[in-house]
Amino acid sequence: MSAEATIASRIPVTLTINGRDHAVLVEPRRTLLDALRHDLTMTGTKKVCDMGNCGACTISVDGQAMYSCLLLAVDCDGRKITTIEGVADGNELDPLQQAFIEHDAFQCGFCTPGQIMNLRVFLDRHHDPTDEQIEHAVTGNLCRCGAYPNIAKAARRAVELRADRASAGAPPSGDR
Amino acid sequence: MATIQVSQQGTGDETTVEVVEEDRLQSWPKDGSLAIVGKAHPRLEGNEKVTGRARYTYDVRLPGQLYARVLRSPHPHARIERIDTSAAERLPGVYAVLSSANAPDIAWYDESVLFDTTVRMIGDEVAAVAAESEEIAEDALRLIEVTYTPLPFVTDLEAALEPDAPKVWEGGNITEEPKVYDRGDADAGLKRADVVIDEIFTTASALHNSLEPHGCTATWEGEHLTLWDSTQSVFTIRQEVAAALGLPEHRVRVIKEHMGGGFGAKQIAWKQDVLAALLSRDAGRPVQLMLDREAENLAVGNRPSTRQRVRLGAKRDGTLTAISAELWQARGAYLTGGEASNVSGMYQTLYNCPNVHTEETTLYTNTGPAVAFRAPGHVESAFALEQAMDQLARALKMDPVELRRHNYAEVDQADDKPYSLPEGLRLCYDRVTEAIGWKTYQRPEPTGPKRRGIGFAAHDWMGGSGHPPGYAWIELNGDGSADVVTGTQDIGTGTRTGLAQVAAEELGLPLDRIAFHLGDTGTGPYAPVSSGSATQATIGPAIRSAAAEVKDQLFKVASTIMEIPSDRLSTRDGHILVDGDMARAVPVADIMEQIAPNTLHGRGARGPNPSDKAVKTFGAQFIELEVDIETGEVVLQRVVTAHDIGRIVNPSIVDSQVIGGVTQGIGFALTEDRVVDHRLGIVLNANLEEYFVPTIADVPPIEHIHVDVADTEANSTGAKGVGEPPLVPTAPAIANAIFDAVGIRIRSSPLSRERILAGLAEASERQPEVSA
Repeated sequence: MSAEATIASRIPVTLTINGRDHAVLVEPRRTLLDALRHDLTMTGTKKVCDMGNCGACTISVDGQAMYSCLLLAVDCDGRKITTIEGVADGNELDPLQQAFIEHDAFQCGFCTPGQIMNLRVFLDRHHDPTDEQIEHAVTGNLCRCGAYPNIAKAARRAVELRADRASAGAPPSGDR
Repeated sequence: MATIQVSQQGTGDETTVEVVEEDRLQSWPKDGSLAIVGKAHPRLEGNEKVTGRARYTYDVRLPGQLYARVLRSPHPHARIERIDTSAAERLPGVYAVLSSANAPDIAWYDESVLFDTTVRMIGDEVAAVAAESEEIAEDALRLIEVTYTPLPFVTDLEAALEPDAPKVWEGGNITEEPKVYDRGDADAGLKRADVVIDEIFTTASALHNSLEPHGCTATWEGEHLTLWDSTQSVFTIRQEVAAALGLPEHRVRVIKEHMGGGFGAKQIAWKQDVLAALLSRDAGRPVQLMLDREAENLAVGNRPSTRQRVRLGAKRDGTLTAISAELWQARGAYLTGGEASNVSGMYQTLYNCPNVHTEETTLYTNTGPAVAFRAPGHVESAFALEQAMDQLARALKMDPVELRRHNYAEVDQADDKPYSLPEGLRLCYDRVTEAIGWKTYQRPEPTGPKRRGIGFAAHDWMGGSGHPPGYAWIELNGDGSADVVTGTQDIGTGTRTGLAQVAAEELGLPLDRIAFHLGDTGTGPYAPVSSGSATQATIGPAIRSAAAEVKDQLFKVASTIMEIPSDRLSTRDGHILVDGDMARAVPVADIMEQIAPNTLHGRGARGPNPSDKAVKTFGAQFIELEVDIETGEVVLQRVVTAHDIGRIVNPSIVDSQVIGGVTQGIGFALTEDRVVDHRLGIVLNANLEEYFVPTIADVPPIEHIHVDVADTEANSTGAKGVGEPPLVPTAPAIANAIFDAVGIRIRSSPLSRERILAGLAEASERQPEVSA
């Protein structure tokens, strides 16, 4: 393919990430994961298997947890996307992030953005989950370091912290 | 004292040269209440990791950065007749292409070169491309034309042993003379035994599958190369890449800030480190070369598969009269420096026995190169030895823990030295039997098709003692904060935090006044590879030593300013105390202000390990599980584990290491297997879809019972490493529990559902009532 043809094949897409619109020009085959990590230099979302087996690339799209490696950027025009970079409010950590630190729910940290994004969506829908529900929510997020029990504890703690915040009258920490 | 032995040139006489002065520090007391060490501080880098701001090698983005991909052999063994990269070179967006046609002939592995014209494994590197994007680089790979002549291959360990097996290398498939160890007379010991166990065990090859793949980003400034690398050893990468490229070491800088796991596979330079540097030099732009998951699972390390024939001989009373082990391991197509699977070791040391024979043969196979994988050799040998011991206990009608206690070793029998903490393993036996209630333990009754079982296993581990040399620098700043600098790594284990705690403790500063800098050959002094559970035990004492030097200087200054002799001064919580009295405390910052702009500096070195003691780590584990005799499914119920790892520096981080290690042990035991179709030589599951690493659903409650006895003989902090010990006893404890539950002994890993069902079917054929 010639250089002109390569450029001509690129499609303009508006990606709405963490409340901000970004205009990018991408090949149709570019995944949302690669658009985030390359076109937008947002490297918080990690690439591990690139084929939907491990959950590391989990982000939120229109309130649903999805694997960004299985989405094409061109299919995401106009959808509301939240990534790990959008979870903290400036320097104020989200309850899940706080709980992860409190309960040592990470070791190398490479699976952590995916774990947090997945649990965040889960907790937005389940305000009083059972332990089984919490465990089931992250069976698709691999952690090779084995931080699993602490991830479950952190999720449990995050339920408490979110309830505290809600009763203190703070707005719910949903997607912006 | 940090010393080295040198031989005089003329006479060959050995002298001891003092390299770096080190304070003769007393080991921290066993029962002393330390203020910061021993407490569960959150990880220092927590904020970066939970916000996605932590920059891993894969996240490095330099201006103008290109992305590289590697073309790999689809054949397990073949000769490259022709390679044509011209179409790839012409593809718009491609900046550089390397192959045997134009790459320098850099020696690689023991026997080969960077781009060999014979490929010896699926995944062997054939060419590399740097382009504007990963997608274009992959397009370019598809345009490279390679003509191969397939050659006969062998991928199976047992097949490779056959006299007429296809040869991986001209000299045959045995890599070197088998390693033989003899103590006493094992054959005579077996003859004298009342009971002999004679069994063959096999373990499967396992894949590390760190979530961050191997890879690096290379950039040149003039003749200076900088490599960001996902590595367990920045100094090893620097040395090996400099040697490969013919550069002096000072022109190569290697940086590893955060990394997404290593587990032993990232200790050495791999081809991509040099390929990225060469591509970057050719292209005139930075090049990032990260491996995709398939390449990760084919070409950059695996735990070798093994075959082990174990014979144990014992008297009626349980005294071992002989241990004999014939061992084979498949090392893959190439020998790497990062391979350290000592399968013989534990047979020689774990149990007191005067007659021991081990013979270890390593074989070539046309598969990926084997490298150390968390507790290399010991995970494999424990699977065999601890099942054989369990079998022996049952044959003797003896409690399995009693059998271990009866053959207790206070001395490292291979090194002939007493252990630094000889009661270590015994304490582990005590703790786990107490925690599980062993004296009065009752196995739960079967419910329907479910059978409950409990299994026990013990272990030692040759690592945990630290491997000096290693160095650290500390600067005490004008405001009373401190910078600690060392070239060591935190590979996810939490050493950054544990080492900072050592600095804070010795300096007497709060932990949040310490900045910890690691993983950069350009700014910090040498530290060894983070492997063998060594980092805390190697660099901790060096940091303590540097901190002690800073404190000496601080007291000299304070003593002059305050007109009080230094021996009455101490530090605590950022203050200088007189006679230990907090009421007369002066902030360190106040003293530093008086000498501004001067700052205070300390250097520390890790001295040698004790010459008269053997320093190792130990442990014992119980596992309860349930087997479904209709489906063969194993559901773990509970793991109780204890390890002698010396002083626990940070209990929550150590607990995480134990849980993580046991989790990997569960994977090795039940589900992990690199499956090769031996007829076609193809790896069937070089991905995370069909190579099964444990998920959250696979992990039961894991209780780590703290032993936490400072090993004051080991080093001045009393801490040993914990990364590897928890992994070692898990698989045999599970196998022993399965036997306990259903009377089936499975001598091959993984203990798959298939094998359990086959075992159950076979047992019910022999004895129709066994499943009732």
